[in-house]
Amino acid sequence: MTGQMILANRLTDGRVVFLAADGRWVDDIAGGAVATAPGVASQLLATARVAESRNAVIEPCLIDIRQVAGHRQPVAWREAIRATGPTVRTDLPA
Amino acid sequence: MYRYDEFDHTLVAERIATFRRQVQRRLSGDLTEDQFKPLRLMNGLYLQLHAYMLRVNIPYGCLSARQLRQLAYIARRYDRNFGHFTTRQNIQYNWIRLDETPDVLAALAEVEMNAMQSSGNCVRNITADQYAGRARDEVEDPRPWCELIRQWSILHPEFSYLPRKFKIAVSGAPVDRAAVKFHDVGLYLRRNADGVVGFEVIAGGGQGRLPYVGHTIRDWLPKEDLLSYLEAILRIYNLGGRRDNPQKARIKVQVNALGPDEFRRLVDEEWAQIRRSALLAVPRAEIERIAAYFADPAWEVLADDPVAVTRQRGVDPGFDDWYRANVVAHRTPGYAIVNLSLKAPGIAPGDLTADQMDKVADLADRFSIGELRVSHRQNLVFPDVRQGDLPALWQELRALSLATPNIGQLTDIIACPGLDFCSLANARAIPVAQDLSRHFGDAAVLQDVGELTINISGCMNACGHHHVGNIGILGVEKNGQEFYQLTLGGSSGEDASLGDRLGRSISAADVPPAIDAIVARYRALRLADERFLDTYRRVGIEPFKEAVYGARAREVA
Repeated sequence: MTGQMILANRLTDGRVVFLAADGRWVDDIAGGAVATAPGVASQLLATARVAESRNAVIEPCLIDIRQVAGHRQPVAWREAIRATGPTVRTDLPA
Repeated sequence: MYRYDEFDHTLVAERIATFRRQVQRRLSGDLTEDQFKPLRLMNGLYLQLHAYMLRVNIPYGCLSARQLRQLAYIARRYDRNFGHFTTRQNIQYNWIRLDETPDVLAALAEVEMNAMQSSGNCVRNITADQYAGRARDEVEDPRPWCELIRQWSILHPEFSYLPRKFKIAVSGAPVDRAAVKFHDVGLYLRRNADGVVGFEVIAGGGQGRLPYVGHTIRDWLPKEDLLSYLEAILRIYNLGGRRDNPQKARIKVQVNALGPDEFRRLVDEEWAQIRRSALLAVPRAEIERIAAYFADPAWEVLADDPVAVTRQRGVDPGFDDWYRANVVAHRTPGYAIVNLSLKAPGIAPGDLTADQMDKVADLADRFSIGELRVSHRQNLVFPDVRQGDLPALWQELRALSLATPNIGQLTDIIACPGLDFCSLANARAIPVAQDLSRHFGDAAVLQDVGELTINISGCMNACGHHHVGNIGILGVEKNGQEFYQLTLGGSSGEDASLGDRLGRSISAADVPPAIDAIVARYRALRLADERFLDTYRRVGIEPFKEAVYGARAREVA
């Protein structure tokens, strides 16, 4: 499956969050809403812009995702790292 | 070390109070992100890929044990138990919350530290030789002059909105350990023909997308004229630097577009105006007042080369390797400068955990009169170690994985945070450094290869100084994948040069074998004790190009 999701940074702590179908912002990509049609993606982005104007998040954007081994994964390497965290210092507590 | 006076304390406290109100206004929605961004940047707070990042100044790389303990506390309380020392002698925390940032700044202020002007288009942290005040080859200690420049440039009303950031480095020694020629302004303390100490002034150096070696615009400047001359340079830059294109807004573009002679003429013209008022002449009493903070500690009267150290070197090859690579001559008999390598195999260059910070602070108290330095190569330094204590210190540092004998060698790699953290990066830098440090972990190989620097940047902004690595590695992105472009022959020293591009970029997996090939070719071509850089300058790029690309099938177009 391919589609698009909304990714942003949360205002209070800067952490990467995804827009869920009910309008909440969630930490886990698995909980985010996936748009598989262009109209839906636009709606998600409009919702995100409202959240941005209400100072919940910063710089929301649409990202392309695909399904890899049963898991959602951003297509772009940069967004994949944003979604899952740094590939280094995994020895330290989150 | 410099200690805050009442003005410093008040200034920093007022600044934190102001920023606390600004953060509250941002969280409540009174400020938009566009309005808030320049305010947070002026306080060192960036938004990176995963979280906010706070950059904290370590002025000219000087740090006390007490301050390091506070940095450990901040890492533990407000971050993820580590900090990252940068090529500008700062420390960065990668996981700071916006709503806790004012508290972090307050914690820093408790130990006379701050993050003011660690970002934004202003004069940034003043950097210096990490051996300042202790090096045997030093003409004069640069630290009082760095402090003077810091005080002059902090919240300077005329220079708070420059076309772009502005970096100044100062060296008091002829051997350049501070990459002076790659700063917007670089200063060397030099003696003139009469033996009087003044400054050689260099302008227009820098790396990034448009790298330049700086030009000497004044061979020798009297010390009392330092601030008036800097003011003239900044004013010419502020008036004439480009503001239409951030990529071309640094002073290096202005200096090289005008030519160094015309830039010098403009500066001299402005300087003549400024000097009519004696306002910026540095009073002798003021520089002496500042210099008193950097007075020599009460060193003991000791002899060089104590028998116990010589004996230990003879019977313990591990200690001898470390001594030769990481211990540097001190200007006082019986003492040594000790480098703590933050480049153990597999470790992210420049990273230190909170526990390590606490233990290093304890060791600084026990072995180095409570003082440390941060080097632009992302290592730490104990400036005042009794030579007789070296075996005991070595044992302690080994237990902390901070005694890798590799200073200035192949695995003493500079690396920026890269795509693992940085929102500007195109490719990761840290994993490449980790791979190389594991690949070249053999101390015998390191020793045989000798002086050879590798610098890695995750993008053209060159925070990892790839242009000036003897071997430079630049991460690039092609069709969504990471590749790495190699350069050879760069140097950040007094023999400054920019690296030459070797050829087409290669995959991350191909980087270690490519470096292998370069090193093997160097070992085959070198004459006697010739450094890699000297061999490269003698034979040119072709033998190395052939070594990397000629024999390898996995080259990537």
